Amino acid sequence: MSEKKEYKVIGTRPIRHDGVDKVTGRALYGADFQTTGLLHGKVLRSRHAHARIKSIDTSRAEAHPDVKAVVTAADLPTAADKIADLGESAVNLKYLCDNILASDKALYTGHAVAALAASDPHTAEEALELIDVEYEVLPPVLEVREAMEDDAPLLHENLKTDAMGEKSEESSNVASHFQHKKGDIDTGFAEADVVIEHDFVTGTVHQGYIEPHNATALYNPDGQLTIWCSTQGAFAVRQQVSEILQIPVSKVKVVPMEIGGGFGGKISVYLEPVAALLSKKSGRPVKVLMNRAEVFEATGPTPASYIRVKMGVTNDGRITAAEGYLAFEAGAYPGSPVGAGAMCIFSPYNIPNGLIDGYDVVVNKPKSNAYRAPGATNAEFAAETVVDEICEKLGMDPLEFRILNGAEEGVSRIDGPVFPRIGCIEATEAAKEHPHYEAPLEGENRGRGVASGFWFNVGLKSSVAINVNPDGTISLVEGSTDIGGTRASIAMQAAEVLGIPAESVYPTVVDTNSVGYTDVTGGSRTAFATGYAAYEAAQDVKQQMTERAAKLWEVDAAEVQFADGDFVCVNGKDERMSFKELAARLDEVGGPVTGRASVDPTGVGGAFATHIVDVEVDPDTGKVEILRYTATQDAGKAVHPSYVEGQMQGGVTQGIGWALNEEYIYDKDGRMSNASFLDYRMPTCLDLPMIDTVIVEVPNPGHPYGVRGVGEVPIVPPPAAIANAIYRAIGVRMKELPMSPGRILKTMGKL
Amino acid sequence: MPKKVHVQTTINGETVEFLCEPRQSLLEVLRDELGMTGAKEGCNNGNCGACSVILDGRLVNSCIVLGVETEGKTVETVEGLAEPGKLHPIQEIFLEDAALQCGICTPGFIVATKALLDKNPNPTEYEVRYWLAGNLCRCTGYDKIVRAVLDSAQIMSSEVGA
Repeated sequence: MSEKKEYKVIGTRPIRHDGVDKVTGRALYGADFQTTGLLHGKVLRSRHAHARIKSIDTSRAEAHPDVKAVVTAADLPTAADKIADLGESAVNLKYLCDNILASDKALYTGHAVAALAASDPHTAEEALELIDVEYEVLPPVLEVREAMEDDAPLLHENLKTDAMGEKSEESSNVASHFQHKKGDIDTGFAEADVVIEHDFVTGTVHQGYIEPHNATALYNPDGQLTIWCSTQGAFAVRQQVSEILQIPVSKVKVVPMEIGGGFGGKISVYLEPVAALLSKKSGRPVKVLMNRAEVFEATGPTPASYIRVKMGVTNDGRITAAEGYLAFEAGAYPGSPVGAGAMCIFSPYNIPNGLIDGYDVVVNKPKSNAYRAPGATNAEFAAETVVDEICEKLGMDPLEFRILNGAEEGVSRIDGPVFPRIGCIEATEAAKEHPHYEAPLEGENRGRGVASGFWFNVGLKSSVAINVNPDGTISLVEGSTDIGGTRASIAMQAAEVLGIPAESVYPTVVDTNSVGYTDVTGGSRTAFATGYAAYEAAQDVKQQMTERAAKLWEVDAAEVQFADGDFVCVNGKDERMSFKELAARLDEVGGPVTGRASVDPTGVGGAFATHIVDVEVDPDTGKVEILRYTATQDAGKAVHPSYVEGQMQGGVTQGIGWALNEEYIYDKDGRMSNASFLDYRMPTCLDLPMIDTVIVEVPNPGHPYGVRGVGEVPIVPPPAAIANAIYRAIGVRMKELPMSPGRILKTMGKL
Repeated sequence: MPKKVHVQTTINGETVEFLCEPRQSLLEVLRDELGMTGAKEGCNNGNCGACSVILDGRLVNSCIVLGVETEGKTVETVEGLAEPGKLHPIQEIFLEDAALQCGICTPGFIVATKALLDKNPNPTEYEVRYWLAGNLCRCTGYDKIVRAVLDSAQIMSSEVGA
């Protein structure tokens, strides 16, 4: 699909379908849900980062007249040490349950230990003090390299290292070690004229969605459980709740409310099973909301990491070898995104010889979670900084180097997969051709940096149903929760097939009983895979409508074609009807038309981006100001360009926050010192310039309209691009994130 | 539990009476007592602006104003902006400029924008960024929001002029 295609709806910028509700304050998010007889739940959390729970006495809380239910881990079905299949990933069920309500040990400050429901939130909060927990406090381990030491305190006495399929004899905090190899690494480095090696450290950061986690549950006497919550995946919540409570999925209905941001952090359940248990005990619906400190201390974050990168090149600028060592903090339970980091670290390049080692390591911090291209930002910060130093040593333009060594169709990644048609080089060329790249940058302490990024994207399962309305519109039923405008991008793909305007589609996100299975809104998959399902469902409608037109005209269906939004009889009869005209006459020929599709597309096509940034560093304070920012990205085909630009600008901004300010600050006892939006400093609009975007379109052969996922990759390049700009501004290489004023002064030798 | 207090205030031009505990914030009163869920809770300590309302002409975070403090005052919320059958120009332009993604911060930004343009109908980009620095958005990178505010200012001034 290399030729440019003309579309009527794809590529236009209609008003999003849910827009009016969102600008008038009418859209209902999880916390906005109300129902009769509602109780309010609160969770008691450990103030110790590592402690054995010796006893929990809930009797005083239970005696409180306004407390209607109290639950602890003892109320969860006994968690066998089995693996729970969560569709996208497999998780040890004991770990899953223990993270909901700790049974034997509290493993991080903020770890849920008990919960109760009362008539109002204030009473519930006060009553938490009536739950008596006796702890044996243990020393915490808070940093990945310390946790890997032989004498480190152990979080899980039974955790053995899975080292490339072999289980270790001794218990360890290292949950797994894996390796990817390509070519011969020693030969590769022997061929190199220049070899650069550095190690890097990145901090723990949070997804930072503005809406805190929430869940309301109603456990009916017939055993039917309904959950209203803000989630990236209603079916993922259903699956997890079913596993944790040991009830069939058919007993759980999840109603996805509007969701106020997720970025990967609203896939795991935290409150849903707790609310369900409280409802079961009290016989009433129970709503549980987190406050902001709980969000920081008990959800998210994406992990801190230690990364070592070694790269070799010839004097004429060809990469001969690359080696990566990635150790990621999983948090309290195994499952960091180190695997994804290893898939991305060197992937913008064609590298003949490579070796990547990855380590998943538990520490006394909240269980880590996905955050926008999880693992890739950590990993590519390291690799892209080393690439910049190589270019400096070679005296080569950093974008020319990236084009010369760029990944393209047929190249295999170090972890194995071979690229289909991708836009890595095109996105870099777009950056090189952008006026920003050649624009003069004058003044002291100013510098320009560039970096590239890769995220592989995922496909997974999606379902869509379409009902044709007699006024020529369609209602589109989907299961992908809409975090950033995907109702529009999905609806537009159906509209394109049927030759109707985007405004003639009425998309609705429905509960788990009302649409076929649909995986999470994540992995940059929604516009791609649910859009694909919408395309297929619309094709189904088109086929059925073609048959109906044939019936009306009393001809064979093969004699009816659909062209330019009209059904046309091609047997010589002069018959023609628009989609709208035919929709009005369906009752004459068999009644309503419903199309449907469930898909599991595999041709995702990876996403590539290249960013240019200008910074000014204040040499007295170490503060970095972003002067100008340009992001280029291959979107395959931008369905709704405004929302593609929005994804790019939003990703860039999260990357800037990660680069410059954001980190969890712990005291020596493992308590987070900055669990508020005042002290965990995310970018405000005053910290930023406008963010220029260039959408490059190299159609993805794996999608009928060439769509690639766009949401995640834009967070990847900013930390390295900014580090490289800081180097050009003040001559110091930053190898630690965030590059906060204090760290910059320290690296400059001023602190 | 302390006795509830009777409060009479004006919300979006209508006289409203409610009972609230002295410790309840204006945000809690709006959301839990009056069922007005347009103002959102993002942090509950005045750092994110998702609960922005206008109190006697001044932009405030309703999570750090007590419900009882609104006695005799005037409150404007996002629910009061649109007219029957017609969105407020700021709402229209936020949609046209695609200045929202998840939408949870949007009511706060729209109320904050109204408060800005009430005071300063023609702000510069810097003034917009300075004024909105109390409202956090994690999705958009603010680019389209700032443009929407500047566009709103332009369109509203030209409407006034016409």
